[in-house]
Amino acid sequence: MSQGKNNVNLLHKYYLHSLTIEKRWVRFYQVVIFLVFFTGWEFSSQQRWIDPLLFSSPSKIWNLFLEKFQDGSLLSNLGVTLTETVFGFILGTVLGTILAALLWWSPMLSKIIDPYLVILNAMPKVALGPILIVALGPGYPSIIAMGAIISVIITTIVVYTSFKEVDPNYLKVLQTFGANRFQCFKEAILPASFPTIISTLKVNVGLSWVGVIVGEFLVSSRGLGYLIIYGFQVFNFTLVFLSLLVIAVVATIMYQLVELLERKLIKE
Amino acid sequence: MSFLAIKDVHHTYFTKVSATTALSEITLQVEEGEFVSFLGPSGCGKSTLLSIIAGLIKPTQGSILLENKPLSGAKNQIGYMLQQDYLFPWKTIEENILLGLKLSKQLNDETKNAALDLLKQMGLNGIEKQLPKQLSGGMRQRAALVRTLATEPKLLMLDEPFSALDYQTKLKLEDLVSNTLDAFGKTAILVTHDIGEAIAMSDRVILFSPSPGSIHKVFPMPDELRSLSPFKARNHERFSSIFQTIWKELESLESGKE
Ligand SMILES: Nc1ncnc2c1ncn2[C@@H]1O[C@H](COP(=O)(O)OP(=O)(O)OP(=O)(O)O)[C@@H](O)[C@H]1O
Ligand SMILES: [Mg+2]
Repeated sequence: MSQGKNNVNLLHKYYLHSLTIEKRWVRFYQVVIFLVFFTGWEFSSQQRWIDPLLFSSPSKIWNLFLEKFQDGSLLSNLGVTLTETVFGFILGTVLGTILAALLWWSPMLSKIIDPYLVILNAMPKVALGPILIVALGPGYPSIIAMGAIISVIITTIVVYTSFKEVDPNYLKVLQTFGANRFQCFKEAILPASFPTIISTLKVNVGLSWVGVIVGEFLVSSRGLGYLIIYGFQVFNFTLVFLSLLVIAVVATIMYQLVELLERKLIKE
Repeated sequence: MSFLAIKDVHHTYFTKVSATTALSEITLQVEEGEFVSFLGPSGCGKSTLLSIIAGLIKPTQGSILLENKPLSGAKNQIGYMLQQDYLFPWKTIEENILLGLKLSKQLNDETKNAALDLLKQMGLNGIEKQLPKQLSGGMRQRAALVRTLATEPKLLMLDEPFSALDYQTKLKLEDLVSNTLDAFGKTAILVTHDIGEAIAMSDRVILFSPSPGSIHKVFPMPDELRSLSPFKARNHERFSSIFQTIWKELESLESGKE
């Protein structure tokens, strides 16, 4: 009996060991890809296999990074873009959820609005940029609006679908206790759709970056999107790449944070 | 006058492609403290009738009186336990069983303690803070029953509450429910597919016939069975003869359909 148990323990240990080894190999190859990419880039730029003016090089980008970091301009631009993005995706998600709640509240309204939602969803929202800028003025509000508008319709559609899919028997239970429509929403519909709302939050982070960067292309005199456009105009592609890399890193961190929030909120 | 009066209820479901008459000419009285079972083939409108009594759907015709009053103002006088437990998966057991009290704004220390006590009486100790998925099917069913009883409804309706349980758990729960209801002097309607369960638990068994659903026959249970607990009633000498009678009647309904 105890013999058998020891055996199982031993096998379990082997199994865990094999998992750790596999994980290490995965990490190893990930690091290899990273190093090969950047050294390859650096090397081919130095050997002039690629045009250094156009493709810059990691060392130049790093130097520019240190320079811009020390004079504080990188952080202040990053701060601007980050603020706009955070506001954009929170606004997009909250507005989308509120709209979805309205549609759930009034089935009649949702039937009427349905084709318009489809049209709005199909339309490329960034094309609204110029109109927003004229309407809200060039500055934070129109850029935040860009970050929000890009995600609000798809959020509405996804969250409303999840509202509708909640098992009607949960509502029945509530109604037997005399619950009104608001109580039904609060006790069943909203909590049951919580996972969906959080996962749209994840998608919206990505979308809002697009909206905000495009918004900054159009109007701004600050922010990472502005740095990209500026670098492009003065033909400083090192600046363009620096901004791109910073966006990639920060957007990833933000995504991870939302994922962390997801795990915290949905008790599993 | 009787406690619950169902008067000439008809109900038809309308969909785009069809109109299904689920119930027709249902007239029935239930006395206070009585335990009534609905028995009948699948699709004969038992759940529909419960939903109508609970006020969840409005019948296309007919009326329901609870203590001589129409249903509208009778919120929370009726406890309805659906065919599955439908405990809210994101709420703890405690939050689940207090839900009815919370919604009807009756939640205070007294009612809360009463509900938690009931949970203990049902043999559910120390699980208040757990989520429904951590419980077994039988435990969930009991928790759902506590949730239904917590608001102290005058009329309790149970839609196949034990059908998903193993036989042993089912027999135990039958006794538990029967005792609890007796202790509170509650009126109850039970929907079941199990003839034995209907006989063992009820004062009256009402047999429904399908398409459209209507009352086919009413079987009053003899006093000697009524006074026994469900488990003992199942072993009583008269049990099997009543079982045979109802069985034959049910058979004739199903053969008549084909
Ligand atoms: N929402 C609905 N829309 C249309 N028809 C319905 C609806 N609900 C039930 N029906 C129909 O009404 C009839 C009665 O259904 P009901 O659920 O009341 O039967 P039941 O006796 O409870 O059956 P079971 O024993 O299987 O639970 C069935 O023919 C069913 O198809
Ligand atoms: Mg049913």
